[in-house]
Amino acid sequence: MASVDIATAPDAARTRRPRTRRSLTGGSGLALGVTMIWFSLLVLIPLTAVLISAAGLGLGGFWEVVTQPQTAAALRLTVVESLMVTALNVVMGTALAWVLVRDRFWGKSLVDIVIDVPFALPTIVAGLVLLSLYGPSSPLGVNVANTRIAVFLALAFVTLPFVVRTVQPVLESLELDVEEAAASLGAGRFAAFRRVILPSLIPAIAAGAALSFARGISEYGSLVLLSGNLPAQTEVASVRVLTFIENGNREAASAVAAIMLLVALLVILVLDVIQRRLARRGD
Amino acid sequence: MATSTYTRDPAPVRWGLRFVTISYVVLLVAWPTALVFKNALADGVGAMFDSFKDPEISHALFLTGYITFFAVLINLVFGLTISILLVRYDFPGKRLLSALLDVPLSVSPVVVGLALVLVYNGRDGWFGPRLESAGMQIIFSTPGMIMATVFVALPLMIREVVPVLEELGDDQEQAARSLGANGVQTLRRITLPAIKWAIVYGVVLSLARSLGEFGAVKIVSGNIAGQSQTATLSVEETYQNFEQGTSYALAALLAFIAMACLVIVAILRPKEES
Amino acid sequence: MSINITGVNKKFGDFVALDNISVDLPTGQLTALLGPSGGGKSTLLRIIAGLEDADSGTLTIEGNEAAHLPPQKRNVGFVFQHYAAFKHMTVAKNVAFGLEIRKRSKAETEKRVAELLELVHLSQFSHRLPAQLSGGQRQRMALARALAVEPTVLLLDEPFGALDAKVRKELREWLRRLHDEVHVTTVFVTHDQEEALEVADEIVVINEGRIEQIGTPDQLYDEPASEFVMSFLGPVTKLSGRLVRPHDIDVHTTPEDAQGKHGKIVRLLRVGFEVRLTVELQEADHPDVEVTVTRATQRHLNLEEGLRVWIAHTNGARPVVPIRIVSG
Repeated sequence: MASVDIATAPDAARTRRPRTRRSLTGGSGLALGVTMIWFSLLVLIPLTAVLISAAGLGLGGFWEVVTQPQTAAALRLTVVESLMVTALNVVMGTALAWVLVRDRFWGKSLVDIVIDVPFALPTIVAGLVLLSLYGPSSPLGVNVANTRIAVFLALAFVTLPFVVRTVQPVLESLELDVEEAAASLGAGRFAAFRRVILPSLIPAIAAGAALSFARGISEYGSLVLLSGNLPAQTEVASVRVLTFIENGNREAASAVAAIMLLVALLVILVLDVIQRRLARRGD
Repeated sequence: MATSTYTRDPAPVRWGLRFVTISYVVLLVAWPTALVFKNALADGVGAMFDSFKDPEISHALFLTGYITFFAVLINLVFGLTISILLVRYDFPGKRLLSALLDVPLSVSPVVVGLALVLVYNGRDGWFGPRLESAGMQIIFSTPGMIMATVFVALPLMIREVVPVLEELGDDQEQAARSLGANGVQTLRRITLPAIKWAIVYGVVLSLARSLGEFGAVKIVSGNIAGQSQTATLSVEETYQNFEQGTSYALAALLAFIAMACLVIVAILRPKEES
Repeated sequence: MSINITGVNKKFGDFVALDNISVDLPTGQLTALLGPSGGGKSTLLRIIAGLEDADSGTLTIEGNEAAHLPPQKRNVGFVFQHYAAFKHMTVAKNVAFGLEIRKRSKAETEKRVAELLELVHLSQFSHRLPAQLSGGQRQRMALARALAVEPTVLLLDEPFGALDAKVRKELREWLRRLHDEVHVTTVFVTHDQEEALEVADEIVVINEGRIEQIGTPDQLYDEPASEFVMSFLGPVTKLSGRLVRPHDIDVHTTPEDAQGKHGKIVRLLRVGFEVRLTVELQEADHPDVEVTVTRATQRHLNLEEGLRVWIAHTNGARPVVPIRIVSG
């Protein structure tokens, strides 16, 4: 086929004006200085102290703490349960976002608000909330208190909003003509979902999953009453840290805390990478 | 987003999804939460409020209110300042700072508590001993509890204000400057009014979060009933002391306030956007 | 064989988008659906594609009853105003999409994609993401993508509406040349009459859900069936109860023509090579007349604001449409 010639022409200039940012002057420089001091005293220095305290154990000491059977079990349980809950959230969160964005029915805004309840509710109250339906006095007759299921349940509760809320805005801004294009090219509904919609959701799902995992690992309050904190059975990492502190063993506490902190930092890094890849795609 | 006739899912898919998702949310969140209220009110509203009269409980409520007030205030001031600095100014390390500001959201509350104890405890902390000899006790005292609460709620105000500030652009502020307004006047008359709703959401969300903090405050406070226990800590204490009624009552009260915050934001947001 | 549309109706709630539309679009022809925004032309196009369902009426594509087929089965290529690019796929993957859905072999797909990218002059961008292309390039990619599966019909919905004026002109010519080469039955929607007149073999003028006229560009321009068509396709002015083209009016500075109307130039505007005059007639209740002359004429007659002139419709010039008195 002969080619049809055309000169490449530039697009209409982007109408967004470049954001002007001022450099720091006297007043704003002072403001930055003060806030940095406050932020360091409150956040940076204390978190560094955890890392340094953990490092103080030396590699050998650190390994000893982490591999002590009860602690190792707690770490294993925490990671495994968080991963499982994250997997559940990926599916349910995406489904929830889909229903909230694509469907219309009476009571939808109620569902929207209920999804945010785990965000706002004090974690200890969350534990009590779950206990009332899934504990000893359950009207359903279901009692999972002091079992692994309780751990899973509590984590599922507190991490519910994460994937939903990262996927929702992306679904909302999805342009319909892209789906129509897929249809006109012969793609059935499932093929269009798999090849066109899902790929554009994956970064948002990944971001939500990262947040969900980080939250799962850190959770404390909702597990205190619900899981019974049985050593090597339902005890999570955060409870180990508290026990170490209460027993005056701050180094061991720092060791476990350092692991949790590093996971949190890793999650933030992952999120940043995802953000930048999205920008490259023009989202 | 409007769905055209073409992009709506076929009926069985729609109903299937609705069933699965709504049951999930009801079984996981809605029903248990409703039950807490039911249990709390089982003996009547009067009984519920009676349990609050217990001196330890009323002290806990007061302490929570006190801490929350100051935590929200501090986060308001510093959160606003940081947001404006981040969006309107350029300085080295800005991106790193922005990323670090999100840390409190993903860090475990027990790590927060431990971190503050390591630095500020009176015996062998980094700064603690010096502060204490100057008369300031942080750990096992209210200032430490306020600090812990500020820490965990820190990003909330910033995450509400920054997007709005960015969306706004500084056209209006530049216009004000060209008309002769100085920095403070521009801030007061142009910037702050423009972001007032974001500030409201930030305050409400910080309030809910501050009210609900548990793990960090538990470590930092020493958890002594009647002295350094907040409402959340009292919920745990009373439950473990088999005072279930009081526990549920307190839990219901906290849940109510938290959900009221949610509902307020949910109602205000659409009104503001229209 | 062709596209046959009979008695198609479509309502959105109370709004009548299409009112009893019937039209035949011959095979291999490049047809424009022209009309003002909201007139129904996009709706008609989408009904042909299967992206909307008509409330009633029949639609056959190349002899096959199509109204009940989903878009996937109609073998129509569709090009959208805002490109509808698959953002997470490269240009090559975008173009290959339809072929991959149809499970063509990898070798065949690659060959066809290369052919098409060559055709639209995007070969060197095959591994780029759409975000890295300009608007014009994205639209060419969209065209290649639609053509990849050898559709029976190619439909374009305001394809150049989101582009710069200059790019629009270039792509317009390019579409015409593409059609001359490929000869696919093509229907495109536009509200730009210049675009329709330049590119189309035949134009269907649609307004308020109804077809005003169907014809070649020349037919529509020289023999408009109604005031609407005439005013939509070019500039018009009213003179003595008729609609005429401003450049079909003679201007005299002396009362030569007994039928010429007497008036005064109240406005004179030089726009490019045209000179546009607004003439206020002495005759009461006659609206001001717009007259267009060349610069040479203006210089020759020394036309300027305030000058008294006599104007008359050029003898034999077409089109002329009598103005209907519309009551209310």
